[in-house]
This record gives sequence, structure tokens and C-alpha cells, in this order.
Amino acid sequence: MIEIGLGHYLTFGAIIFSIGTLGIFLNRKNVIVILMSVELILLAVNINLVSFSIYLQDITGQIFTMLILTVAAAEAAIGLAIIVSYYRNRGSVRVEEINEMKG
Amino acid sequence: MEYAVIFLPLLGTIIGYLSKYFGDIASQLLTTLTVCVAAILSLVIFYNGLVYDNYGNYIIFEWIKSGDFQINWSINIDPLSSIMLVVVTLVSALVHIYSIGYMSHDPFKPRFMSYLSLFTFAMLVLVVSDNFIQLFFGWEGVGLSSYLLIGFWYKKESANKAAIKAFLINRIGDFGLAIGIFLIFFYFGTLNYNEVFQLASNFSEKEINFLGLEANLITLISLFLFIGAMGKSAQFFLHTWLPDAMEGPTPVSALIHAATMVTAGVFLVVRCSPIFEYSQFALNIVTIIGMTTAFFAATVAIVQNDIKKIIAYSTCSQLGYMFFAAGVGAYNVAMFHLFTHAFFKALLFLGSGSVIHSMNDEQDIRNMGDLWKKMPFTWIAMIVGTLALTGFPLLSGYYSKDAIIEYAYLSQSSIGYIATAVGIITALLTAIYSWRLIFKTFHGKFNNKNISKSKIKESGLSITIPLGILILGSIFSGYIFKDLLIGKTNQEFWGSSILILKDFDHSLIPLWILYITPLIVVLAIPFSYYLFIKNQKYLDQLIFNNKKIYKFLLNKWYFDEAYEAIFVKPVQKLGSFFWKSGDQKTIDRYGPDGISRLIRNISYKVSKFQTGYLFDYAFVMLLGFSILLTFLIIK
Repeated sequence: MIEIGLGHYLTFGAIIFSIGTLGIFLNRKNVIVILMSVELILLAVNINLVSFSIYLQDITGQIFTMLILTVAAAEAAIGLAIIVSYYRNRGSVRVEEINEMKG
Repeated sequence: MEYAVIFLPLLGTIIGYLSKYFGDIASQLLTTLTVCVAAILSLVIFYNGLVYDNYGNYIIFEWIKSGDFQINWSINIDPLSSIMLVVVTLVSALVHIYSIGYMSHDPFKPRFMSYLSLFTFAMLVLVVSDNFIQLFFGWEGVGLSSYLLIGFWYKKESANKAAIKAFLINRIGDFGLAIGIFLIFFYFGTLNYNEVFQLASNFSEKEINFLGLEANLITLISLFLFIGAMGKSAQFFLHTWLPDAMEGPTPVSALIHAATMVTAGVFLVVRCSPIFEYSQFALNIVTIIGMTTAFFAATVAIVQNDIKKIIAYSTCSQLGYMFFAAGVGAYNVAMFHLFTHAFFKALLFLGSGSVIHSMNDEQDIRNMGDLWKKMPFTWIAMIVGTLALTGFPLLSGYYSKDAIIEYAYLSQSSIGYIATAVGIITALLTAIYSWRLIFKTFHGKFNNKNISKSKIKESGLSITIPLGILILGSIFSGYIFKDLLIGKTNQEFWGSSILILKDFDHSLIPLWILYITPLIVVLAIPFSYYLFIKNQKYLDQLIFNNKKIYKFLLNKWYFDEAYEAIFVKPVQKLGSFFWKSGDQKTIDRYGPDGISRLIRNISYKVSKFQTGYLFDYAFVMLLGFSILLTFLIIK
């Protein structure tokens, strides 16, 4: 059995982070997916924080994680609220149709 | 007083133009008043000079000073300029009065009156100058105002064309004048008349190299000055603008022909007599051009049908007389003819204007006839003008024209004899075309379908008063001034303003020369009457048999056509080449148009970058962030 160490955790965090990022770029369908991808990125950050906290025997990281989770929850709520209001206005949350900023 | 004469017309120009806000009457009265005062004052100046010998050079202020070279704005009153002052301001004042009546239907009276005053002012500046630079200023001012006035009815395309033509042809003359002035400055080092004329005799033998040709300096200067005079005075080769200038309103024609514009050339030659006198060659050229013009214009005038064009060509012809008078060395006679000519030519133009005005702008003499009962005063005026022009005994033209022919004979050179012959023949032609005009306009059958005869009536007071004054001038100006200007004591009057080296011996003149011209002129009257009234069939037959000559004359010797083919067309082609290929296809294409197109294309491409999709922005953001990070780490 291999021992699961810091490297594995960091790799895992990086993979999650990459999935989150790619999710933002490659997703062409739904705004909710973008929101989920953002959550994923935040989670990847949390994994890193927790990993280092254990590795360095420092509790600050874990406390900070709790803080981030709280903020993420708030952010998700706001994000969903925006999406709902957007849907009411435009009747759609398809990413392809959101190009108001086009020059 | 001298200042007032010069600057009152300028004042009139300015307030005349500005007073358009107060109504037409104000501007007409103000401009007319200023010019009339100027006319009276210039008569006083002339009288003072004549009786009290009150001449002088009044310097207004210094204009150019560079080392030894000094040019002033000045008012130089001498016999020559004082007589020009009288001619210019007097005719101009009458034309101003006349315009009030003539332009009564025109909506732009203030502008017109203002231009008239400007014209007068420019001519006055030219006349009273004491140096060549100020003369050039006036010269160009006259050119400008003639352009403005000929093109006064700017909605008429032909008027615009005529104005441009006058301006361009005058440019050719001005170019010659400018080169003449450059030459004088280069070799004499000064441009003030007094100094130049004193130096002229020293340079009479000097040969210079001009464009690879050895030439006498004085001859060269004289010729270039004469080219300038030719342009302004509409001499052969540069005359084509003058008949076209008839597109302007009739008062303008009168002003151009009698006082302000065309006399400038004659004035220049007379003024520069101390230079011309030292070059026999240049004088011969002046004589040849003068007599060619006199003859040419008279032949053309015989067949023209436009009343104003006939008179225009007659001016051309009379200017030819003045030039060959100057050419044979009789500058005072040239000035005398200019003086008398101003009266009867103004009279003829204003009279014809009166006819045109009454006929609702009809100018073709074929559409007139039998007007003499309807317009008796105009009829008398035109008869007097014609008699004076043709040189009928005892009227003004008789003294001056006969004097010219006499002096041409007295110059005792072969060119002088030719000029005498041409002068006599031209006098005959002059009589024929002038009487043709009278008979066709005022006698015979009434030929106009557009306006009924009963509606034609005599013009109003503001038209007839100037005519009346000019009638007096045309009758008496020759008799009164002949002793003064060309008589035995004329040297006393002219003083130093004219230099005549030759001595004219009046005992050499054969009697027949003195009597032949008046005789021909008188006989021409019944002859013309027979030809144009009694027996028109014979005339038609004559035209029919000589169709080619008739066409040749009717088309003014094909000058316009030749110039069109030789100069206008190639220049037009060259111009359109530079315009289309040079300007549009090269400069615009790679210059302003190219840059603007480039910027448009780039910004179009850049705007494509702005997709509006959130993920694209996020991607770019991430990319930038990664690059920044990489950069920082590597560093």
C-alpha cells in the first residue's frame, strides 16, 4: 500500500481546480454549471488549505476553510438568486445567449 | 483732400456693405455720396494742379523698408495722376448714380454698390501710386473687383465662366507685369518711379542674359510691362476676356470700359514712358499690337449682334488706338484719347444699358428697332456717343482720334505710316459698326415679339441724369482740353510726368491726312443708312456671297476656339489627370482614405474579440493571470 501524503492531496486539489476552471470555459450550456464550477474551484482551495494545515500542524488553515465554506454558501445563494432573476427577465439561462457585452 | 479722394470710396465700400442691414436705400445713397464727393474733390485737385501748379507726393506711411529699399503707401499727385483721378472718379460717380436706377429690380443692391466702390478705390490706388509695388496692389485689386462684378449674377453659369476667364487672362498679364517689376528691382535696386526713371537712361545700352538670350534690359522690361498692360487693356491675344465680361450688369461694363479697368494698361505704358522711350523695339511692338487690335476689334464689331458686345469690341479697338499712339511716342495723345474715350464710352454703355433696361434685358439688336420715338433722350445720348466715338467733326472723339492718326504719320517711320493707314481704315469700320448699332436699335422696324412696343418707355431720372452729364462731356471735353493736353503748350502741363524724346514737327503733315478721317466718317453715315435701313437685301446678298468671311468675323477670328484647343483642353486634361490619378488614386488612396480604412479594419477585427461570452473573458483573464504568474516565478 502506498502511503497517502501531502503530494496526493495537492494533486487531488489541483485536479479539482482544473476541472472547475475547464468547467467554466468549456461549458456552453448552462449558467448553473458555471456556478457549480466556481464552487469546485473554491473546494479545491479548501482541500489545499486543509492539507497544509495538517501537514504544518497549524489549525489556522482549517478555521479558514470553515470561513470559506460559509462565504461559498452565501455566494452560491446570491449566485442562484441572480440566475433566478435573470431567468425571469430573459426566459433562459443558456450561456450561448448571454452575450450582451458583445462589442 | 487728397486722402479723402482715395479713401472715401473705400469708406463707401465698407459702409455700403455693412448698411445692408439698414436697407438698400441707405447703402445706395452712402456709396454714391462718397464717390460723388471724391469726384468733386478730384476736380478741385485737378484745378489746383492746373492753375496753381499744386502737385506733390503725400506719403501715407512706410510700407516696406529693407536696407536701401524703401516702399511707401503714397498719394502721388502729378498731372498724369490728377487727370486720371478726374476720369476715374467722375465716371464712377455717374455709374453709381446710374446703378440706383438700373439695378432697381436686383435683390443684392448693397453688395453691388459696395463692389463698385471697391473697384473705384482699387483703381485710384493704382493711379496715385509713386512706386511699382503699390501700382501692383491696385492692379490686382482692380482684377479682383472686376472678377466680383462680372460674376455678380453668380447664379448665371455664363457669368461665372466669364468672370473666371477675365481673372485667368488677367493673370497672364499680371505675370508679365510681375516679371517686369522683378527685372526693374533686380537691376535698378529700387521701385520708386522717380529713381527708376532717372536711372533708365543709364541702362539703355545694357545687355543682359535672359533665358539664354542676349537682350537689351530696357527692351525686356518694357516688353514685360507691356504684357501686363495688354492683359488689363484687352489687347490682341489677351483680349478674349473683354467681350465675355459683358455678362456683368451694364453699369459694370461702363465702369470697366470707361474708367477703371482697361485704362490701367494705357496708364501703365504712359506712366512708364521714361522707360519705353529708351527702347524703340518695344515701342514698335506696342504700335503693332495696338494697330492689330484696333483693326481686329473693329472688323469683329461689324457683325456682332449683341448690343453690348459691339460696344465692347469698339472699346478694344479704341484701346488699340491709344496703344499705337503711345507706341509712336505720343503719350499725351494716348492720354487725351483715354480722357475723351472715357466720356463717350461711358455714355454709349449707359445708353445701351438704358435700352436694355427698357426692353426687359433684351440685348440682341436684331430684336430691337424703331425705338427712337419711345426713348428720345436715350436716342440723343446714343447719337452723341456714336458721333463722338466715330470722330465726327467738333465732337470730342474727333480731336483725339485725328490727333492719333496725325501723330502716327508724324513719327515718320514705316510702322508709323502703316499705323496711319490702319487708323484711317479702322475709323471707317468704327463709323460703320457704330451706325449699324444706331440704325438697328433705334430705326427700321420694331422686331421684338416678347414685349409690345407700347410698353417701352424712357428710363427714369437716375439713368438720364448721368447720360445728360456724359453728353456734355462727350461733346465738349475734346474741344476744351485739346489745347491743354496735346496743344502747343502741352509740355508745360505734363511737366515731368511724361517723357517724350521725339520731336514732332507739325509742319510736315500733308493736308489730306487731316481731312480724310472726318470726311470718311461723315460719309459713312449715309452709307450705313443705305446698307442697314434702305437696302437690306443688298446686305443679305453681301453676307451670302461672303459667307466664309462673315462666319470668320462672327466667330471673332476663331480666337476662343483656338485658345480652347491649344490651351484650355490640354490644361484641362492635365488637370483632370492630376486630379483623378494624382490626387484621388495616389494621395487620397494611401493618405487620408487609406489610414482611415486601415483603422476601420483593425478596429473591426478588435471588436470581434469582444464576443460577449462570459467564458471567453474568464479564459483571457486566466491566461493573463497565468502568464503574469509564470513571469514572476521565472524572474
